[in-house]
Amino acid sequence: MRAFAQLFAVLDRTPDASGKTAALEDYFRATPPADAAWALWFLYGQRLKRAVKSVDLRRWAAEAADLPPWLVGECCDHVGDPAEALALLLPLNPHPAPLPLALLVEQRLLPLAAATEVEQRAILRATWSELDPTQRFLWHKLLAGNPGIGVSRALLVRALARLARVEIAVMAHRLLGAWRPTPAHFARLMSGEAPGGEPACPYPFYLASPLEGEAPALGAVTDWQFEWKWDGLRAQLLRRAGEAILWSRDEEIVTAGFPEVADAARALPEGTVLDGELLAWGDGPLPFAGLQRRLNRRAPSAAIRRAVPAVFMAYDLLECGGADCRQWPLTKRRRELERLLTRAADEAARREAGLSQTGWLQPDLFDSQPVAPGLPAPLRLSPALSVATWDDLAGLQAQARATGAEGLMLKQRDAAYGAGRQPGAWWKWKVAPFICDAVLVAAQPGHGRRTTRFTDYTFAVWQGDELISVAKAGSGLTDAETDAIDAFVRAHTTGRFGPARLVTPELVFELAFDGVAPSTRHKAGFVLRRPRIVRWRQDKRPAEAGTVATLRGLCRG
Amino acid sequence: MLTVTEHGLYCASGGFHIDPWRAVERAVITHAHSDHARPGSRSYLCAADGVEVLRVRLGRDASIAGLGYGATTRLNEVQVSFHPAGHVLGSAQIRIECRGEVWVVSGDYKTQPDPTCAAFEPVFCHTFVTESTFGLPVYRWPEPASVFAEINHWWRSNQPRARTSVLFGYSLGKAQRLLAGLDASIGPILAHRAVREFLPAYAAAGIRLPAVQPATPESIRAAGGRAIVVAPPAAGNPAWLDGSGEFATAFASGWMLLRGMRRSRGADRAFALSDHADWPGLVSAIRATGASRVLVTHGASAPLVRWLNEHGWQAEALATRFVGEIPEEPETPHRG
Ligand SMILES: [Zn+2]
Ligand SMILES: [Zn+2]
Repeated sequence: MRAFAQLFAVLDRTPDASGKTAALEDYFRATPPADAAWALWFLYGQRLKRAVKSVDLRRWAAEAADLPPWLVGECCDHVGDPAEALALLLPLNPHPAPLPLALLVEQRLLPLAAATEVEQRAILRATWSELDPTQRFLWHKLLAGNPGIGVSRALLVRALARLARVEIAVMAHRLLGAWRPTPAHFARLMSGEAPGGEPACPYPFYLASPLEGEAPALGAVTDWQFEWKWDGLRAQLLRRAGEAILWSRDEEIVTAGFPEVADAARALPEGTVLDGELLAWGDGPLPFAGLQRRLNRRAPSAAIRRAVPAVFMAYDLLECGGADCRQWPLTKRRRELERLLTRAADEAARREAGLSQTGWLQPDLFDSQPVAPGLPAPLRLSPALSVATWDDLAGLQAQARATGAEGLMLKQRDAAYGAGRQPGAWWKWKVAPFICDAVLVAAQPGHGRRTTRFTDYTFAVWQGDELISVAKAGSGLTDAETDAIDAFVRAHTTGRFGPARLVTPELVFELAFDGVAPSTRHKAGFVLRRPRIVRWRQDKRPAEAGTVATLRGLCRG
Repeated sequence: MLTVTEHGLYCASGGFHIDPWRAVERAVITHAHSDHARPGSRSYLCAADGVEVLRVRLGRDASIAGLGYGATTRLNEVQVSFHPAGHVLGSAQIRIECRGEVWVVSGDYKTQPDPTCAAFEPVFCHTFVTESTFGLPVYRWPEPASVFAEINHWWRSNQPRARTSVLFGYSLGKAQRLLAGLDASIGPILAHRAVREFLPAYAAAGIRLPAVQPATPESIRAAGGRAIVVAPPAAGNPAWLDGSGEFATAFASGWMLLRGMRRSRGADRAFALSDHADWPGLVSAIRATGASRVLVTHGASAPLVRWLNEHGWQAEALATRFVGEIPEEPETPHRG
């Protein structure tokens, strides 16, 4: 605790990152693994449950300091942080003899949770008598769950990487995932033994950078592989030590929400890690919102599993045969990924047929339920697309929306799998929505609960001096705007057409849409695809709205 | 015996004011800090040790008389004497006695050792007027020796990186106490003009301080990052340090005991060193006077007043314009 309190004091007063990193490095170099493990655990931002009620803490501190409770309250208000105020007012200890951090946590802090009030009081009094004010301050922070020391994970990773003499990405990887503050674990972090003992540890995700310039600037088109950019939940699928674990990009284990994926993953060989996207999937990708229902609950009900079938769309292979294969070029990783998924699919088919007999699957993996009939296979391979020329890529991009993708991914074929956002090997080319201004020409009540208000709108653009309707859209506006438009519709009705009211063409809206689709049912000859309201252009007059000719130009023949 | 008027604490039977905040006929002064010693009064009386520092504060023309610690003089019906307060050089508690009733006005005081001034002496009285700048039990000073060890260590650790150490402390009292605690074998000691101004008075009083050079951009540069500069506190890096090369800054103040205060100062280091009594100091000083009645001035007096009343004293707050320390001083309370 003495060294940890010293580290805290230095971190607390050192403003610059290099000073903090040096202090962390010094601390971890000199600290025994048992203490270092706990220090790292807290510095990494892990929390324990609050061990003692704060009213009890104050009461016992007042008693130990022989001060009236009101005066202790004054002190807490004055200092602003009770952990600090109590640390300062407790009786001084001229010869502090703090326990090492690990013992303090394991013999004092952890037992508090199950202790009676009398025992808690005794533990606190004993501990206070051993600590100096700075150490007590930290002790109080630990009692509240975490010291909350201002050090970023990036600094921590940098300090440990330097100490272990490994790349920052390697240390970031070792620190990811669920780990326990044990000396053995800390030693492994430093020595970098094979991750076999840590089945739950994912790799840092490689993140694509937005493509800003022109794609041809990337060189030969044949050096690149293209994939759809899926709008799902980025995840790693870890198949290790008899388990299948799904890690989301924000470092959460989401396995429980996707049992069918986890089950299917058991058909993969031991020591496999895939990178991919969790998607809600019907005939193709379903809206992202559906996935939320999977994330909100631990185990989705059968009804939700049916309503929002989930798949893992795999597109990269990070570990193969228990070995980190991120340094392989993409082409090699891809080839191996395809082979693994094909064998897994065969395996799954054989399992359903009751014929499961292969060398590399363990028998105990077979008691999982087969995929329910009629649902999509939960493990899928994201197709690799290729084009002959950069010009063809634009054509591919134009199909992204029809595929249900957000755009394209451009991946360099001979590049290794990176870490974090390192521009160069992976680019994302998102489909930008089209934008046009259109005039509100008709409105009708929405469905369901909103039937009392006019919330479904028809929008038109100019052809000569005639307004031709090209889109229907609802929502996207604030409640106040919807009310205002509702009032406008009632006051400016010029005719009725079924449930719809025709209105004076006065209001202009900016619409976003994904393209134009030919339509014989519409007078314009096309209709906007997936139109949505961006905003109400109260600054624009109807004459400033778009034209049919411009929109048709988007139609690309 | 004493009342608070618009001019300050007034003793009618003696016809004098103690530490008046406006010009008066006769001012009796506890010490030379500017919230206690203001210019313009016709005559001043203070402890003999304090005459020279008071003259620096009030100017050459002020009429200042000194009285040795413990000696008594009579002002009208009142016996007046000065007793060491341990706050800064020449600081005194003022004992006044009239018809058998004894009051002591503490001014500012501390009970910790300080080689630059006479140590606090408790004086028996019926009514004790005490300061309460740090009147909460969270304030408990570390041993000055350990604080000075830290300061010297900090100075030494800045030298290999050729960073001049700049230590901020109030120009009267704190600065000289800092000088006295510095280890002159580490490197050159430089002092700001406002600090050096008081040094002759210290020399005259026989206080031994290390040899000090004027702090200028040239003298700082010439020391090549090995020097320590003692200077009055300033926000940020003051203009007079421009062109002096790289430096590290630190504050020495009682408020630096609190983490929030340390962080708000924005200095590289903060050392908890105060010339005021901490909570145990206040309580022990009050107890030692034997007073049954305690009047509390300065800062947040309410908790101390309530605590005293709960513990058998008859205590109340006395509204004064003493501010704990002078505004440019780092010990000015940030809140309350
Ligand atoms: Zn003072
Ligand atoms: Zn004062």
